[in-house]
Amino acid sequence: MTNFFTSSIGKKILMAGLGLFLIVFLLVHLGINLLLIIFESRDPFNIAAHFMGTNVLIKIFELVLFGGFLLHITYGLIVQMQNWIARPVSYAKTHPSQTSFFSKYMIHTAVIIGIFLVIHLFDFYLQAKIFGGVPEVVIDGKTYHDLGLLVFEKFKIGWVVIFYIFTFIFLGFHLLHGFQSAFQTFGLDHRTLTPVIKASGVIYSVVVVAGFILIPLVIYFGN
Amino acid sequence: MVKLNSKIPAGPLAEKWTNYKAGQNLVNPANKRKLDIIVVGTGLAGASAAASLGEMGFNVKSFCYQDSPRRAHSIAAQGGINAAKNYQNDGDSVYRLFYDTIKGGDYRSRESNVYRLAEVSNSIIDQCVAQGVPFARDYGGYLVNRSFGGAQVSRTFYAKGQTGQQLLLGAFSALMRQVKLGSVEIFPRTEMHDLVIIDGKARGIITRDLITGKIERHFAHAVVLATGGYGNTYYLSTMAMGANVSAAWMSYKRGAYFGNPCFVQIHPTCIPVHGDNQSKLTLMSESLRNDGRIWVPKNLEDAKKVQKGELKAIDIPEENRDYYLERRYPAFGNLVPRDVASRAAKERCDEGHGVGSTGLAVYLDFKDAIKRQGQKAIEEKYGNLFQMYEKIVDQNPYTSPMMIYPAIHYAMGGLWVDYELQTTIPGLFAIGEANFSDHGANRLGASALMQGLADGYFVLPYTIQNYLASDIRTAKIPTNTPEFDEAEKNVRAKMEGLLKIQGKTTVDTFHKRLGKIMWDHVGMARNKEGLQKAIDQIKALRLEFWTDVKVPGKLDEMNTELEKATRVADFLEMGELMARDALQREESCGGHFREEYQTPEGEALRDDENCTFVSAWEHKGATQEPALHKEDLNFEFIEVKQRNYK
Amino acid sequence: MDFTLKIWRQKNSGEKGKFVNYKVGNVSSDSSFLEMLDVLNEELILKNEEPVAFDHDCREGICGCCSLYINGRPHGPDELITVCQLHMRKFKDGDSIVIEPWRARPFPVIKDLIVDRTAFDKILMEGGFVSVNTGNAPDAHAVPVPKQNADLAFDAAACIGCGACVAACKNASAMLFVSAKVSQFALLPQGRVEAKERVRAMVAKMDELGFGSCSNTGACEAECPKGISLTNIARINREFIKAGSA
Repeated sequence: MTNFFTSSIGKKILMAGLGLFLIVFLLVHLGINLLLIIFESRDPFNIAAHFMGTNVLIKIFELVLFGGFLLHITYGLIVQMQNWIARPVSYAKTHPSQTSFFSKYMIHTAVIIGIFLVIHLFDFYLQAKIFGGVPEVVIDGKTYHDLGLLVFEKFKIGWVVIFYIFTFIFLGFHLLHGFQSAFQTFGLDHRTLTPVIKASGVIYSVVVVAGFILIPLVIYFGN
Repeated sequence: MVKLNSKIPAGPLAEKWTNYKAGQNLVNPANKRKLDIIVVGTGLAGASAAASLGEMGFNVKSFCYQDSPRRAHSIAAQGGINAAKNYQNDGDSVYRLFYDTIKGGDYRSRESNVYRLAEVSNSIIDQCVAQGVPFARDYGGYLVNRSFGGAQVSRTFYAKGQTGQQLLLGAFSALMRQVKLGSVEIFPRTEMHDLVIIDGKARGIITRDLITGKIERHFAHAVVLATGGYGNTYYLSTMAMGANVSAAWMSYKRGAYFGNPCFVQIHPTCIPVHGDNQSKLTLMSESLRNDGRIWVPKNLEDAKKVQKGELKAIDIPEENRDYYLERRYPAFGNLVPRDVASRAAKERCDEGHGVGSTGLAVYLDFKDAIKRQGQKAIEEKYGNLFQMYEKIVDQNPYTSPMMIYPAIHYAMGGLWVDYELQTTIPGLFAIGEANFSDHGANRLGASALMQGLADGYFVLPYTIQNYLASDIRTAKIPTNTPEFDEAEKNVRAKMEGLLKIQGKTTVDTFHKRLGKIMWDHVGMARNKEGLQKAIDQIKALRLEFWTDVKVPGKLDEMNTELEKATRVADFLEMGELMARDALQREESCGGHFREEYQTPEGEALRDDENCTFVSAWEHKGATQEPALHKEDLNFEFIEVKQRNYK
Repeated sequence: MDFTLKIWRQKNSGEKGKFVNYKVGNVSSDSSFLEMLDVLNEELILKNEEPVAFDHDCREGICGCCSLYINGRPHGPDELITVCQLHMRKFKDGDSIVIEPWRARPFPVIKDLIVDRTAFDKILMEGGFVSVNTGNAPDAHAVPVPKQNADLAFDAAACIGCGACVAACKNASAMLFVSAKVSQFALLPQGRVEAKERVRAMVAKMDELGFGSCSNTGACEAECPKGISLTNIARINREFIKAGSA
């Protein structure tokens, strides 16, 4: 077991495991975000965000989540470096291969998602937790951060919306390969199951990305 | 003159090998560690021998010219490997396999050797299965067999059309295991160029590192040649481009006798020649003859139209097709032995019935098999062969028949060896295709793999101990002795000589010219006049080669042209010996067909009275003609008959 | 047919290489790619130039020697073949063709288009075998093997070790090659005994030699001349997890 996670396959298994974990998290995140456009009021969203920010279990989970992100990114970078080193002289002529397009650009889509993540954390997480620049709202006698308002303000700005949509499309590319690739890395290969997984990956990627993109569009074009 | 001693053990045929093993000398485990063995070549015979000797505890050095031992040309064998398992319950037995092999070889091989081969054949299959060789199986999980030419039972084990590959990878895996364990050291991209003899015994070799060009010396207590056949003397053959006779030829020049050099096999089912720049002929496995039917147009007018491209094979109605093998040999039909099938194809084409643009091709048709078994079944059996054919010829063999023509494929001849597989030089052994031993004048399909692995796994590892047992007190000999000096000087002189000529003609040009002489005069049909002409032409060509060849580059670097030049220099001598041997053998047998000796129906006519012998040629120096020795073949256990496949 | 060739020339592993352009004419469309290079080499020799060195041997697609990266693809523009089976009819008259060696850190160039692939043998040495000595074997029918497994094992074992998978992979990963060998033995009862040690040792060696890791892009499978399937990579992952958790 000692060398398991330092081996090339071990690293990939870790990457895949963390990737699947983040895929689940994305669903939860999307669910909460959608509250903003499902309900007239921002209250349900703010209550949910508050719950996520204060519940002890979720707090612990939050650490795991940060750890997960960090490991996924770190391992991704290590693996990428090793892969680049493995071919010191590149080919003069390449041929667009007929295989999975997005798999070749995982590191590129990852960088874009990474940049977004930094901005995102600064805007919401750090604002709320440390800088305290978030307005407050009282719901049923209790004070909450009005993160919903923050979102509405951001999504009234045109270039923010564009940047957000652009990022999520790249996230989609990342997921299109990542989702099914994770199962292959886990060694799952089955005559009937594998096609189902591949289809699920496509459905998941499209639904999640569409869900996230829908929010700024509704807010920007809504009243 | 050395009397040829074949060292055949006494006793009844079925007990010879058992008796030999019971009485032979062995080397104890502590002494094995002190003994070095060189194995040159890593095909089925070489890899299996090196691995088995390593397992026993000897120090083995294994050499090959390829970049990896796994690429030796055994890998290209397609159809299968014979064994007398009788898993099909069709009446097979060790005796029947022995008998078929002797008969298939046209009664020109040694009874005792062939019996031993049949005897160990079953262990080979066991060994390969244990190694993880994925042979074809049925739904019960048991091994299946197919039939091959010259047999009326199904005894051929196979792995699709890649049996040689799978067996070689099995032997190679055993070899790599020993490399890891430290008992075998491998020297890839290293070619043997001379044999070192000290006090009358083979004690080492001189090699050239093909990457650096460095000439190196290697000592061993015994040297094993597993260097394959000499089919590339003909330039165009089914052999690998690098396959050569040099190691065997240098050993011949050092005193090892060459056995039956004129016996080469011309394989009936190869893809026909397409043009002048062709470098190689591709074999279509004999297994195809299980299901394919061979025919040519019955009418000369149809044949002419086909040759001009005015008529297609599928347009020729059934009644105008001549299934000539089924017609001439109703009992064996399309599964007659290779020599018979090849000659029959040549005969039809010579009469003008050939197809293809050159008229030098016949059809191999799967129409009936596809109709009977369905395309899927045919695909399952021969998928990769059909694909290969389509890639080369650009025609779909599922819809139009394949075109095939005979091509040089295998050398039955080789270094003369005794029952122990030892050459006339003590301590020099030859195994696999490199020796002459088991196939007589014609090899049956799926028997080469059997012989290579029999020699390497189960015969040589025993017999070599009988020799080494007396050598346990011989310490390692340093490689700075005068004998090593002389051998290295010899190698350098040859190579520097080649580089110095700087003539106007490339090595390949000479090789092609030699090939044409060989194919025309020492090919499928030979006659006295032609053979004499061939000898003169080869001599002249050799002289021209040594005055006009152009070899670029230097000795001490990677130099692919120099590699080719050294090989062709040896082929130019080998070719002459083949012609000489063909000239002296005044009969037709197996792959050797002398036009003067045939029955009124055009079948080969043996002369058992005068020609039941193995010819063993002794080198007498550059200026003298080689001397012929004869090992008489005594058939004690079977009756010698005219081969009849009707 | 006439072609313009842009070929990587490199004297030896120590010196720097460069591309050199050559013209070759009068090539038959029935010629194989290597026969076309033969024609070029014959011309070069007669012009007192050094011929182009390239690996080749059986010229029937099974030894795995030939290894050219042609117009951006290992083994050139055709499916399920090696270079020696590639025919000039796959090109158009007048085409220009770029010919490069395999590029990967564990495959250093020896000369021109020849690379050193002994890294593959080093991996096989670690576990690409069943530990059975000559003479140890029970009767071949002692253990039946389900046909499906035997067939899958054969499909994996059909690998010719040419290295096209490494050449094609953007990461120069050897996973398809290694997984094929691991799969062959994992699928057979004879190979199961050592399955765990085998996969651990072979993967460790593969990493040590500096091959990249697998990104499941599938380029290896697409370019493999023997059609070795990606399912083998899933299987090696599975075998690795099994071995790691034991």
